[in-house]
Amino acid sequence: MSTHLDPSAPLQGSASKATERKLKQEARTQVVSYVFMIFITSTAFLTIATDIIPSSFGIPFILLLAGVQVVMQLYFFMHMKDKGTGWVNAMIWSGMFVAAITVATLMLLLGINKY
Amino acid sequence: MATNEAVDQHTLPPNPEKATLEGRNKYLGFWFFLGGETVLFASLFGTYLGLRNSTAGGPGGADLFHLDLVFIMTMILLTSSLTSVFAIINMRRNNYKGLLMWMWATVLLGLTFLGFEVYEFYEYYHQGLGFTTSAFASSFYTLVGTHGAHVTFGVLWIITLLVRYRKTGLTLTNAPKFYTAVLYWHFIDVVWVFIFTVVYLLGIGG
Repeated sequence: MSTHLDPSAPLQGSASKATERKLKQEARTQVVSYVFMIFITSTAFLTIATDIIPSSFGIPFILLLAGVQVVMQLYFFMHMKDKGTGWVNAMIWSGMFVAAITVATLMLLLGINKY
Repeated sequence: MATNEAVDQHTLPPNPEKATLEGRNKYLGFWFFLGGETVLFASLFGTYLGLRNSTAGGPGGADLFHLDLVFIMTMILLTSSLTSVFAIINMRRNNYKGLLMWMWATVLLGLTFLGFEVYEFYEYYHQGLGFTTSAFASSFYTLVGTHGAHVTFGVLWIITLLVRYRKTGLTLTNAPKFYTAVLYWHFIDVVWVFIFTVVYLLGIGG
């Protein structure tokens, strides 16, 4: 086995047919999730911009939309849905867990100002 | 070993960013960093949520925020996330020109976003919201400003990569670097999702 490794040499060749097929599908998935995120974002803005939905329901609703969007961003754009991302999932969800506690604690310490 | 074979032959592996041990370490280490960043932003969000009604007679969120401006900024940042996804897809195809082009598009969108943010802060300042005006003002500027600083850093980072590697072609050294820069960019977008929801939409509607 050759031992001459030069990671700074430009890579030759292009993606295999199987990879190419996967990438095409990947691109489609990403565009679809992008369109869906645009839709969610617009819904959140419309909820606040108009008075169709009362704010007692509107606020939990837009927080839920934000949660959905963040999960989509993490799993599709940031590839957390792919195989071999066990540690990544563990790290980011630990971060989220500590983050949630931090937010709750600070709000309680500073005096809750309604959300 | 499959990994070493790919390196030996200088042929394109399916995941060039994770083909070397260094690349895999960069990838994992970067997610550890993002886990920590999550907590950093959480502390700023918590502070803002606790102090957002403490305006001390100064202007508050509902007086200042403009939904249309924030909507445009959100769309720009979301689109820049998509362009950076396209950059990575081109990287896996070994289409280096495509990678560079989509990364430049990301940079351009990032700069546009920053322009809007500078305008926004300038506008608020002239409407009487200085950093020390109220607890609301300081927590707002700190939270949104920290995000803006991240965007600035991300733009500079990507520009550095684009200039440094403008002629080298895709290698196993620079593939993980582009990949982590893109992850960072997506993270900026994730934080912004919470900012537009918690700061702007709650500021106007809550």
